[in-house]
Amino acid sequence: MKKEFKASINRALNDANLTGALGKFSEAYRVNRAKAYDGIDFEALRGRIAEAKSSAACHLDEVAEVFKQNAEALGAKVYRTSDPEQVKEYILQVARDNGVKSVVKSKSMASEEIHLNKALLNAGISVAETDLGEWIIQLAGQTPSHMVMPAIHLTKEEVAEIFSKEVEERLDSDIPRLVKVARNELRPKFLAADMGISGANIAVAETGSIVLVTNEGNARLTTTLPRIHVALVGVEKLVEKFETVVPILDALPRSATAQLLTSYVSIITGPSPNDDGSLKDLHIILMDNRRTEMARDPKFKQALQCIRCGSCLNVCPIFRLVGGHVFGKIYTGGIGTILTAWFDELQKSEEIQGLCIQCGNCTEVCPGKLDIPEMILEIRRRLVLEKGQPLAQKAIFSVVNNRKLFHGMLRAASVAGKPFTSGKFIRHLPLFLSDLTDGRSLPAIAEKPFRDIFPEIRQPKGGEKAVFYAGCLIDFAYPETGIALVKLLNRAGIEVLFPEEQTCCGAPALYNGAYEVAAHNAVDNIKALLEVEAKYVVSACPTCTVALAHDFAKTLQDQGRSEWLDKAKELAEKTVDLSTLVKRLVEEGRLSFEEGEDLGRITYHDSCHLKRTLKVSQEPRELLQKAGYELAEMYECDMCCGMGGSYSMKLPEISAPILKRKLHNIKETGAALVAMDCPGCVMQIRGGFDQDGETVRVRHTAELLAERLK
Amino acid sequence: MFEQFKTRATGVGAEVHRVVTCRDAVDFILGFLKKEGVSDLSGSYAVWADGPFLRGVDRELLKQVPGLSLEVTRERAAQAKIGISEMSFAVADTGSLVQDQSAVDQRLASSLTGIHVAVVPSANIVSDKTALFSRISPKTSRYIAFITGPSRTADIERVLTIGVHGPERLIILFVDELGGAA
Repeated sequence: MKKEFKASINRALNDANLTGALGKFSEAYRVNRAKAYDGIDFEALRGRIAEAKSSAACHLDEVAEVFKQNAEALGAKVYRTSDPEQVKEYILQVARDNGVKSVVKSKSMASEEIHLNKALLNAGISVAETDLGEWIIQLAGQTPSHMVMPAIHLTKEEVAEIFSKEVEERLDSDIPRLVKVARNELRPKFLAADMGISGANIAVAETGSIVLVTNEGNARLTTTLPRIHVALVGVEKLVEKFETVVPILDALPRSATAQLLTSYVSIITGPSPNDDGSLKDLHIILMDNRRTEMARDPKFKQALQCIRCGSCLNVCPIFRLVGGHVFGKIYTGGIGTILTAWFDELQKSEEIQGLCIQCGNCTEVCPGKLDIPEMILEIRRRLVLEKGQPLAQKAIFSVVNNRKLFHGMLRAASVAGKPFTSGKFIRHLPLFLSDLTDGRSLPAIAEKPFRDIFPEIRQPKGGEKAVFYAGCLIDFAYPETGIALVKLLNRAGIEVLFPEEQTCCGAPALYNGAYEVAAHNAVDNIKALLEVEAKYVVSACPTCTVALAHDFAKTLQDQGRSEWLDKAKELAEKTVDLSTLVKRLVEEGRLSFEEGEDLGRITYHDSCHLKRTLKVSQEPRELLQKAGYELAEMYECDMCCGMGGSYSMKLPEISAPILKRKLHNIKETGAALVAMDCPGCVMQIRGGFDQDGETVRVRHTAELLAERLK
Repeated sequence: MFEQFKTRATGVGAEVHRVVTCRDAVDFILGFLKKEGVSDLSGSYAVWADGPFLRGVDRELLKQVPGLSLEVTRERAAQAKIGISEMSFAVADTGSLVQDQSAVDQRLASSLTGIHVAVVPSANIVSDKTALFSRISPKTSRYIAFITGPSRTADIERVLTIGVHGPERLIILFVDELGGAA
């Protein structure tokens, strides 16, 4: 990562105003959003939006043409172009033809995308942003830090400072007073402006309507007072039918600001009269700027389902730490990374795409049903294709791709790491894990990996069989989790098999865009795991489970290795995570726990892949309670712990504060014990508590359950 | 549905009133103008945009109100403390008012003024947006305006602040006698 990028991250992390404001907002947002959606079937609602937007994206060209015809029939002038330069030329031409001297703008991200203000100013036309946040940013000469709340990084004192300069009067930091100043300053600009420029939240083809959603009332003035109204609309805003306006208006304000509806919604269908009796000179510019190309790309077409609510930013554990500025000048957060990669250029996203920790929070709240983490992985993959793997990474993956060498090195690490081992932790792991990090101790590589312990375990024979897929962490760092798993299944009369040829699940390679390596890992594992007859393939690592159950087939398909798809499917169908399987066994009466003892309070940390990809969250809780624990839920129980595989090594400065927050939330419950289903989370959180000097015990659910077997 | 509307609308800072007859409505409005100190001074004007209810009001009576104008120009509206307009529908589940505001005086009276008084026929409360769009359509209305509470922002430190570019107060007056004609 480049120095300037790391520097911008550090600036943001050390900006207490920014992290304070974003942190508080993200906490309030979670509660308020839930309240706003109370009584609404969110899945059904976003299903409607995604379907309608996807349908429009499938034939953007025709939909745009229908819009053009319908809007023009009503007297609007519709200009379609894919080129941002032509957008600017068109608007400047309209301005020249009409002697426009001043412009008022209501918020338009599309105009920021093409740097329209600069073009207008260069032509000698004055421009005023009228959205309060945008105006503050404009006066300060800054760029927005959030798509919906552009000035969230500034304090009222800073705003007072900025406004004081503008009005040449010493203002104090009373917020209502500052808002009044903005009203009074901008009112004459509205009344004098020759042209109003707006964006649009929706453009409806069948009626030729544009829909504007605002709270301040600036869009109403922008579209009413000047003689000329130019609406700059990205073609992704197009929908075919007017009926789609309803679900979008149901979702947009709720998701953006947790409002049932914004103060104002304007549905403009053709020009209306001006106050001098003339008809509005209404220009609607449908701007493409690579959106059609995006719609044709099977991996990115879903990005056109975005309604620009910004909820993906509001729930992102990274965004609330670093804010928007590290993402670049225009679009921010996860969706911003994707839009920057397309509207600007792929290379510009090279560093910011690395900010995504793949926790999947955004996929749960997105009203357009976008899978942002998946698209970011695809960007990663394409960057690797274009630029090749960084050298150090390449070296690592060439090792991971050779099981014998890889496992040999892990064994060597167990020996080499020894002099540095303090209790269960070492401060510095050798090999590729060496470049680590403050705030967390790393586990020692186990003296004896699970694969060497396994043959010594005496098991019941002849019954049902399950293949255990251990994954690297359980195999080499936490063999005790594997032992617990065997004990649990044995008690239910299941014999556990451990094919020795199993190797890394390929997730580290996949999440770094090295699909070829991941595909190689997939094939090795498919061969190993299907070689033996068994009813289940069980894993106690959610990331590995996701790899086996979801990623293998996708990766192989992507790499053109379709001869493996049937096998991948067969493996996926057999794959199950430990908690789900154990719960099933308990329900079938094949497993039960000791009763009668009060084990005290426990809190449970939801691992990202388990909760959001595998949709498993109640199972471990129920099991732990059955085993005698009293569950005390922590705040933000399903927020990422900051591990994210190699993320915590690449961006330790971001990972560390996320972990710190997690540790704090765990401690707040007062429980002396925290359970989780992922060895990666165990590594992160246990390591955190070790450095923290706290005595909270961190355990994998499998171990806790195995201790309580009847 | 009135109660639901009232809960939602007051929840976002609107003030909701209800009267039976048109006469009551005129009394309410004239009383309100007086209370708010509407006068012939710039900044203290009131403007009243055209509509079916206004057409039934005795003009002679209105002429006696100092500062009140039925000609809604941009200059007059920009200097008006109060704008009165008629809104056709109320949407219960969001507490919103809706009207075809293609005629510019409707927008001037409801966007430039400090206080917006909206007169709504009580029978025109609809349950939600789907019900609304069976009554009003972009095919016949060129500028469909939704107004939900006063103008607001949270752009400075996320603190909710009322009255940015639009009215800082929204007074909603339901009139039973106006029936459901819209």
